[in-house]
Amino acid sequence: MIPAGFEYHRPADVASALAILTTHGDEARVIAGGHSLIPMMKLRMAEMGHLVDLQDITELKGISVDGDTITIGAMTTQHELITSDALAEAAPIIREAALVIADPQVRYMGTIGGNVANGDPGNDMPGLMQCLDATYILVGPDGMRPVAAREFYEAAYFTAREDEEILTQISIPRPAPGTGYAYEKQKRKIGDYATAASGVMLTVAGGTCTSASIAMTNLADTPIWAEAAGAALVGSDLGEDAITAAIAAAKDAIDPVADNRGPVEFKMHVAGVILRRAIDRAIARAG
Amino acid sequence: MSKKFHVSTTVNGDPVEFLCDSRETVLDVLRDRLSLTGAKEGCGTGDCGACSITVDDRLVCACLMLGAEAEGKSIETVEGIAAGEDLHPLQKRFIEYAALQCGICTPGILVAAKNLLEKHPDPTEEQVRYWLAGNLCRCTGYDKIIRAVMDTAAEMREAS
Ligand SMILES: Cc1cc2nc3c(=O)[nH]c(=O)nc-3n(C[C@H](O)[C@H](O)[C@H](O)COP(=O)(O)OP(=O)(O)OC[C@H]3O[C@@H](n4cnc5c(N)ncnc54)[C@H](O)[C@@H]3O)c2cc1C
Ligand code: FES
Ligand code: FES
Repeated sequence: MIPAGFEYHRPADVASALAILTTHGDEARVIAGGHSLIPMMKLRMAEMGHLVDLQDITELKGISVDGDTITIGAMTTQHELITSDALAEAAPIIREAALVIADPQVRYMGTIGGNVANGDPGNDMPGLMQCLDATYILVGPDGMRPVAAREFYEAAYFTAREDEEILTQISIPRPAPGTGYAYEKQKRKIGDYATAASGVMLTVAGGTCTSASIAMTNLADTPIWAEAAGAALVGSDLGEDAITAAIAAAKDAIDPVADNRGPVEFKMHVAGVILRRAIDRAIARAG
Repeated sequence: MSKKFHVSTTVNGDPVEFLCDSRETVLDVLRDRLSLTGAKEGCGTGDCGACSITVDDRLVCACLMLGAEAEGKSIETVEGIAAGEDLHPLQKRFIEYAALQCGICTPGILVAAKNLLEKHPDPTEEQVRYWLAGNLCRCTGYDKIIRAVMDTAAEMREAS
């Protein structure tokens, strides 16, 4: 039982959902899979007068790969990300990351939209979206606006999304053929959020790294795109010196806090280990 | 007080209607309104899996789905696993192997394991362990559960 009462709405299209949000302002909140929001409501960490369930809105569902662009509807579940063959071919790092989120029960309900809109630094998809340079499509009373994932996160639970806006789609540039990739996550047990996680994508031509994107999860109050860490690899032979420099740059970019997953020194250490593993695996996969 | 919802669903094959408050989860409805107390509340936050049920063949935590969300859906709980007095092969193996002690996790694990075997009749041990990763058991140490599921899968393949 959720302690505080609320009105439940289940609109059939985005326009009706927006109308409810506009009428009730910050008294209303959308619910996707509910797997972050319902626990918060039970713990009285989230309260609202009106809950707007997006599950019947078919325009928010589906995955399409069209030329150089991958488009994923906000209400696509983690299970659907894992089982999409088109997505596995176009950007296999998404399946790899979705598979280390929680357990089958959570992945059947949790959506990519809820995961990236939530603003919890523990969520895995926001870091992945930094790595992939995704764009979020937000629709509000004033129309549609795209926001780069790398510009979206302001602080824990604070994002560029306005209260009356709905995230409808995520647009991702299709990684070039032969891109090496890895999403590595250290967690205490299956179902736990990351102690440290890292997404890496890189390309190699003739033994030289030609591009690299590195992101870190749950190591600051927002996901971190470690631009300097990627830059440390580009132009190098991906040897020990370059990797050491990339890890140092990533550690400079993060700012973990001590919690029940460990003290700061430990998280810094694990971040380095996880990033090294991700880089090694991405190199092995680059072709 | 928020208004009550009239919800029509199917539970274990039977059409079921109920009235619920927006604050009630499917787990609250099953246990308190429909007297189906098989699914258990271990944590209420999606961590333990004791409340596992299937909704339209998807394995989910009943504690994190609202009763109002169940409209038009088909729900299966542990109560629907046996055919009358005839226990399901999984249930027989669980008893035979002592794959349960206190039994709190068992309804969720049976629902999860049945759902797995319907999708993958010939799972590897690794698949079984990953599939049941969201179902915590504080008593058995898991090994008997895994063996019971693997051996039931083999038995069901032979029988079919
Ligand atoms: C036991 C457990 C373990 C978990 N482990 C992990 C993990 O390891 N890694 C991980 O990443 N996640 C984990 N999660 C979280 C899970 O992936 C959530 O499902 C996810 O974070 C939120 O998705 P949702 O669809 O459930 O969103 P909801 O809970 O419905 O919503 C989350 C927030 O986003 C907002 N929102 C949702 N959709 C939209 C939209 N389209 N537009 C605007 N705002 C929106 C809601 O208003 C709410 O504030 C775990 C959850 C549980 C219960
Ligand atoms: S009671 Fe639902 S997961 Fe624990
Ligand atoms: S038998 Fe007691 S929790 Fe599993």
